[in-house]
Amino acid sequence: MRNILLFISRYSHLIVLLFLQGLSLHLLFRYNRFHEAVFSNVLNEMTGKVREGYSGIETFFSLRTENDLLRAENARLRNQLKEDYAWPDSSSRPVSDTIRIDTLVQYRKFVYLPSRVIGNTVNAERNHIMLHRGAKQGVEIGMAVTSPSGVLGTVIGVSDNMSVVMSLLHAQTRIVAVLKRGGGYGEVSWDGADPRYVQLTKIPRTTEVKKGDSVVTSQYSDKYPPGQLVGFVERISEDPQSGTFDLVLRTAVDFKNVHHAYVIRNLQQGEMDALRNSIKEPND
Amino acid sequence: MTDFLKHILRCCLFIFVQVFLLNEIPPLHRYVTPHLYYLFILWLPFRTSRIALLLIAFFYGLMLDAFLHTPGLHAAACTLIAFIRPFIISVLLPKEVGESGYPEPSYKSMGLIPYGTYILLLTLFHHFYLTLLEWLQFGGFLVFIGKVLASTGVSLLLVLITELVFSRKSNYRTNMS
Repeated sequence: MRNILLFISRYSHLIVLLFLQGLSLHLLFRYNRFHEAVFSNVLNEMTGKVREGYSGIETFFSLRTENDLLRAENARLRNQLKEDYAWPDSSSRPVSDTIRIDTLVQYRKFVYLPSRVIGNTVNAERNHIMLHRGAKQGVEIGMAVTSPSGVLGTVIGVSDNMSVVMSLLHAQTRIVAVLKRGGGYGEVSWDGADPRYVQLTKIPRTTEVKKGDSVVTSQYSDKYPPGQLVGFVERISEDPQSGTFDLVLRTAVDFKNVHHAYVIRNLQQGEMDALRNSIKEPND
Repeated sequence: MTDFLKHILRCCLFIFVQVFLLNEIPPLHRYVTPHLYYLFILWLPFRTSRIALLLIAFFYGLMLDAFLHTPGLHAAACTLIAFIRPFIISVLLPKEVGESGYPEPSYKSMGLIPYGTYILLLTLFHHFYLTLLEWLQFGGFLVFIGKVLASTGVSLLLVLITELVFSRKSNYRTNMS
């Protein structure tokens, strides 16, 4: 017994080291499976406050480019207004429209929630974006996030007033995307090297691909509305083993300058999940 | 008490610089991630006990992790260098530590070459361990070696600049004061 106590007192700092190392490694590797579980509420609120104060200063310097981006988006949206299209009247008898506009609400699938970006990294291999909008303002884990110019990522952590987004520039990013012109489906991921480029793999060889083609989110996604811009094809290479194309995409978003984001809520998610859960596999 | 306040202030300043300056600047190269924050641990007083050193380093690293969303990563690297620090000091400084009169490691208190070796070794250990932990989850071997060396080089440069810009006025303590 005395020897044990002697041993403990002699190597106390080694024991403390091993304990602290164990604790931090546990946090680190646990994090991979349960994103942000440890850091969800209290710490997010705390660091979010500091980051928000700082981003207030920082956004000031990029107001000009940010304005240009928003103006471009406004112009694009305005061009889609009903009033911009005119056609000669060809009707010969009055028809009363039976669909009231208000009733369309029940068919709405996606709602865009605007949000300010208060934290963003591009240097790490797992990058995160922090938004000043949280559970109280309708953000939930798993929602998609876009910016005025394209896809940003997925919400992985929510506290009362802040949320953390797994950036597209994250080693674990997997998004199904489709070539807008050729129509081949593939998977977007990031190799951690250059924040300007992401990888699109598993595109079938039958697809016609050209440099500069737009890549957008697919209509199979639960989270992303179809047609959200991911990037543009920059380099094309062929995977000899699987016989598929591996493409390098230039991201549509300039990840170094992200100041506004939209969190996207899928209103039909509950029904989709319920349907999926109700299906019983024949073997069960 | 003023010493305590000084270290708290220093801690906040290092975290601020690391989070809002060094992590915000566009990456120079994929291998280069500049770090400066660990200098806080290297600058802690000689007299800090080993256990206290470990605990301070752990919570300091965890604080940085909270900002960078990497729970445990920097905390692990910090506790490692906090553990190695006393060994390196005792090897480099044959005199009984604390008798030298200066409160904390600096090129004045240790001499230029021992202090340089001290910084170099701990920087290397820090980056080696930090990159190893990242590498275990992700990346290739060449990336690992390149990252350790490149990041160590850039961080050493940052430490040198910090030493030149902020000359710490560490007074020679005598019994008179």
